Amino acid sequence: MIDISEPVIDISESVMQFLLAFLVVGPLIGAAAALLPAPPGLKGKSPDQAVLRHGVTVTGVMLAAAIVLTLGFDHDHPAKMQATTDIKWIPALDVRLHLGVDGISLPLLVLTALLTFLCALYSYFKMPSGPSPKAFVALLLVLESGTLATFAVLDLVLFFLAFEMVLIPMYFLIARWGGDQRQAAAWKFILYTLLGSVVMLLGLLLIGLKAGTFDMVALATDNGRDITTSVQVIAVLAIGIGLAVKTPMWPLHSWLPDAHTAAPTVGSVLLAGVLLKMGTYGFVRIALPITPDGMHVFAPYLAAFAVAGIIYGSLACLALARPGAKGDLKRLIAYSSVGHMGFVLLGIASMTPTGVNGALFANIAHGLITGLLFFLVGALKDRYGTTDIDTLAGSAGAALYSRAPRFGGLLVFGAVASLGLPGLAGFWGEMLAMFGAFDPAPGLSRPAFLTFTAIAALGTLLTAAYLLVVVRRVCMGPRPTADQPQLADVQGYEFAAWTPLVALTVLAGLWPAVLLGLTDPAVQKLLAGGKS
Amino acid sequence: MTPIAAGLVQSVDWLAIAPPTLAAVVALIVLVADLFLPHSRKQLLGWTSIAGLAASILLLAPLRTGDRSTFCLTTAPDVCSYTADHFAVVIQFLVLGGALLTALLSLSDTREKLPAGEFWFLLLSSAAGAALLPASRDLATLVVALEVASLPAFALVGLKRGDRMSSESALKFFLSSVTATAVMLLGVSFVYAATGTLHLTEIAQRLDDVPAQLETLAQAGVALTLVGFAFKTAAAPFHFWVPDTYVGAPLPVAAYLSVVGKAVGFSGLILVTVIAFPLYADVWGPALTVLAALTMTVGNVAALRQVSTRAWSAVRLLAWSSVAQAGYLLVPIAAAAYSGDDQIGSTVAYALMYAVVNLGAFAVAALVARTHPLNRVADYRGLYATRPLTALTMGFFLLNLAGLPLGIIGLFAKVTVFSAAVDASLGWLAVVMGVNVVIALYYYLQWTTLLFRAPVTAPAPAEYTEPRRHRAPAPLTLAIALTAAAGVVLSGYPQLVLRFAAKTLF
Repeated sequence: MIDISEPVIDISESVMQFLLAFLVVGPLIGAAAALLPAPPGLKGKSPDQAVLRHGVTVTGVMLAAAIVLTLGFDHDHPAKMQATTDIKWIPALDVRLHLGVDGISLPLLVLTALLTFLCALYSYFKMPSGPSPKAFVALLLVLESGTLATFAVLDLVLFFLAFEMVLIPMYFLIARWGGDQRQAAAWKFILYTLLGSVVMLLGLLLIGLKAGTFDMVALATDNGRDITTSVQVIAVLAIGIGLAVKTPMWPLHSWLPDAHTAAPTVGSVLLAGVLLKMGTYGFVRIALPITPDGMHVFAPYLAAFAVAGIIYGSLACLALARPGAKGDLKRLIAYSSVGHMGFVLLGIASMTPTGVNGALFANIAHGLITGLLFFLVGALKDRYGTTDIDTLAGSAGAALYSRAPRFGGLLVFGAVASLGLPGLAGFWGEMLAMFGAFDPAPGLSRPAFLTFTAIAALGTLLTAAYLLVVVRRVCMGPRPTADQPQLADVQGYEFAAWTPLVALTVLAGLWPAVLLGLTDPAVQKLLAGGKS
Repeated sequence: MTPIAAGLVQSVDWLAIAPPTLAAVVALIVLVADLFLPHSRKQLLGWTSIAGLAASILLLAPLRTGDRSTFCLTTAPDVCSYTADHFAVVIQFLVLGGALLTALLSLSDTREKLPAGEFWFLLLSSAAGAALLPASRDLATLVVALEVASLPAFALVGLKRGDRMSSESALKFFLSSVTATAVMLLGVSFVYAATGTLHLTEIAQRLDDVPAQLETLAQAGVALTLVGFAFKTAAAPFHFWVPDTYVGAPLPVAAYLSVVGKAVGFSGLILVTVIAFPLYADVWGPALTVLAALTMTVGNVAALRQVSTRAWSAVRLLAWSSVAQAGYLLVPIAAAAYSGDDQIGSTVAYALMYAVVNLGAFAVAALVARTHPLNRVADYRGLYATRPLTALTMGFFLLNLAGLPLGIIGLFAKVTVFSAAVDASLGWLAVVMGVNVVIALYYYLQWTTLLFRAPVTAPAPAEYTEPRRHRAPAPLTLAIALTAAAGVVLSGYPQLVLRFAAKTLF
C-alpha cells in the first residue's frame, strides 16, 4: 500500500500556484482560441473536427494539470490552503485574486476537470445535433473555467463572479444543443438560478460589509465572531436561498428536471456532475465556517427540507418508473438527483464533522455515478431515439441484457451504485451523512434530527425500489426475436469516456479513505473556526 | 484698476474652466465656418468638432488633482461658483467622452441626412453645458448649465428635416422638459427666498436656521428642485418622453441623450441633494428610494414588453432599458441619505460603465440601422453570420448591461450599487433591484441569443442581396472599437472606474 500521507511528488510552491491559476485561466484562453480559425497544420479533416479536437486537447491539458496539482498537494496537511495566490485586484471593493486549494476543494477540482474532459471526448465522437461545434467547444470551456474558479477562489465576490460565469454557457448549451422544450427549459434554468444568486450576492455583501473583508480564509478563521447573530441569520437566509436553488433543495428544485430533460447529454452530465456541487460546496465553504450562528438557526429547517427532498425525489421517480406513466428516464435521473442532493444537505445540516465529510463524499460520488447514468441514458437515446421508459420497455421489458449485454451491465452498475450498494461510492457518503444527522452538533435538537434520519433511511429504501424497477423494465425482458433491429453495444469511445467513472466509483467505494483522508482534516478545521 | 473694482471682480482661473469653454468656443467657430465652407467640404466641420472635443478632454488632465475652484466670492474666498473637484472632473470626462463618441457616430449621418453646421454647433453647445453642470456650485449656474445642455438637445432631436416623427418627438421632449424646468425654477426661487443665497454650500448651512414660518417653503423648494433633475435623469414618473423621443431623434442623438443627458440629470441631482440639502436627507432620501425602485421596475417591465418585430423596437428597447438603468443609478444617491456621501462614488462608477457599454450598443445599432433602417430587434438575428466581430461585441455590451459574466465590469458595477444599498441598510431596495436584474436579463439575453441564431434565409429580392455586406464607415468602426476596448480593459482591471466608488469625490 502506498503511503498517501506523503506528497507523491515534490513540486515547488510557485509551480503549484501557476497550476491552480492555469486551471482557471487556461480554459478561457482555450475558449477564445476555439473561436479563431485553426492554425495551419492543425486543420484536421474538417473545421468541425479540428475544433472538437481542440476541445479534447484543452480539457485534457486541464485534467493533466489537475492531476499534477493533486500529486503535488501536500497530503500531510490537507487542512492547509495550498498553492495560494493572493493578489490585489480591485482595491475599491476590497476584492483580491485569492486562489487556493485544500482537501475540500481538491477532489471537486479533479472531478470537474475529469468530467469536462470526458464530455469533450464523448462529443468528439458524438457531437450533439445543433449549430456549429465551434461555439459548443468555446462554451464548454467557459463553463469549465467558471466551475473550476468556483472551487478555487477564496474571495466572496470572486466566488459570486465564478458562480455567475457558468450561467450563460449552460444556458446556451441547453438552448442551442438541447432536445424538446429546450428554450423554455433554458430560460427556466437561467432566470431561476440568477434570481437565487442575486439574493446570494446580497448575503455575501452583507457579510463582507459587516466583517470588513471578503476574504474567505480570514472570515472562516474568524468563525463569525465579528458578525452579530442577527446579521448572520439574514446572511445565511440570503446565501442559503441562492445556494439552495443551485443545489437544488426541495422546493426550489423545479428548474432541474426540465433543464436535465432538455439538455444535451454532456450538458446533463456537467449539470448534475459539477454544477450542482457548486451549491453544496458554497454551504460547506461559506455558510458553515463564516456564519456558524446563523447556520445553527437554520440547520433544522435545512435538514427538514433535505429529507423532504429525499422522499419527494424518490416518490417522483417511483411515479415515473411505473408502467404506463410515460416517464422519461432522463427526467427520472434528474429527480433522483434531487433525492441524492437531499442527503448531501442533510449531512451539512448536521453540522458535525461526520455529516459534512459524508456530504462531501456524497457530492463526489453523485458526480461520478450520476454523470455515468446521464452518459448511459444519452447513449440509450441515441440508440432508441427516445428515453421514454414505456416506449423502451414495451410490454415486457427492453431486454438490454440480451440485446446489448455490456450496455445493460453498465446501466445496472450505475443503478446499484446510485442506490448505495456497499462497496461502491454511493454508499459511504449517504451513510456518513445519516450518521452525522443521527448525532447532530451540540445545540441542535436531537429528536428532530433522529426523525430526519429515520425518514432519510426510508428514502434509501424508496431509492432502491425505483432503481430496481428501472433495471427490471429496461435491462430485463424476453429474449429478442430476430425481427427486432440490432442494437449496438458499447462503442470504443463510450468505453473510453465511461471506464474512468466506473473505476473511480469502485475505488471510492472500496477505499473511501482516499477521499475522507483529504476532506476530514479540512472539515475539522472549518468547523472549529480555523484552529486545526 | 481701482481698489474698489478689484474688490468686486472675481478672479478667473482659466485653466479650471478650460474644458467647457473650449467646447463652447469650438461650437461658435463651427457655426461661423459653416457659412463659408462649400457643401463638399462640410465634413471638415465634423472633424473640427471631434478635435475640439478631444482637446477638451485633454484639458481635463491638468485638473486631475481636483483642487481648483474659481468665480469665488471676493468676500468669502472659499465660496465658489465653479469647482473642478474630483467629481466634476470625472463627470466632465464622461460627458465630453460621450459627446466625442456621439460625434463619431454622427459623422456619416451628417454627410447624408442631417444639416452639418447646425448639428455640430448644437452638439458642442449641449456638451459644453453638460460639462459646465457638474462643476457648478450655485443654483443659478446650475440652472443655466442645465438649460445650455437641454435647449440644443431639443433642436437636435427635431433635426431630421421633413420627418414628422422627429419634429413631433422634439416638441414632446421640449414641452415636458420646459415644464420640468419651470417647476425647478420655482423650487430654486423658494430655496433662495428661504435662505437668501444661491451657493450650494451656503444653502446647506443656512437651511439649518431657516425661520420657522419659512420651513414649509424651504421643504417645497427642495422637493421642486429635485423634480427638474429627476426629469433629466428620466426617472419614473418623469420618463414618458423617453421612448418616443429616442425613436424620433437621429440615432446618435438618442445615444447622446441616453448617456450625456442622464449624466446631466444625476450629477445635478447629486449636487443639490448631497451638497445643498444634506439636512433634508429625511425628505429626499425616501423620495429617491421610491423613485429608484419605481424607475427600474417601470423601465424593465416596459422593455420586457417590447415586441421584437415591431419597427424601431431596438431603439425602444434601449430607451426603456436606459430608464431602468437610471433606476440603478439613483440607488447610491438614495443610499447617501442614509449613510453618508461616500456612496455617490458608486453612482459615478456605474455611470462610467454604463456610458461605455450603452454607447457601444448604440454604435452597433447605428451600424445595423444602415442596412436595416427599421431598426427592429428581429433585424439582429444572425448578425454573427454576417459580422462576427460586431455580433460578439454587441453580445458583450448587452451582457454588461445585464451585469453577467463575461461582462465583468457590468457585474462589478452592479455589485458596487448593491453594496451601497446593503451598506445603507436598504435591504428591500436591494431585493427590488435584484428582481429587476433578473427581469432585465430576460430581454438582454433574448437579444444576445438572437445575434447568434442562424439568419433567416431571407426571401429578399435579387437586387437586395448585392449590398448585403456594406463596408462599415470608419468612424463607426472606430466608435465600436473604442467602446469595446474600453469595456475589455475595464473588465480586466475594474479598479479603473471602481476606485471612484471607494473615496469621497468632493
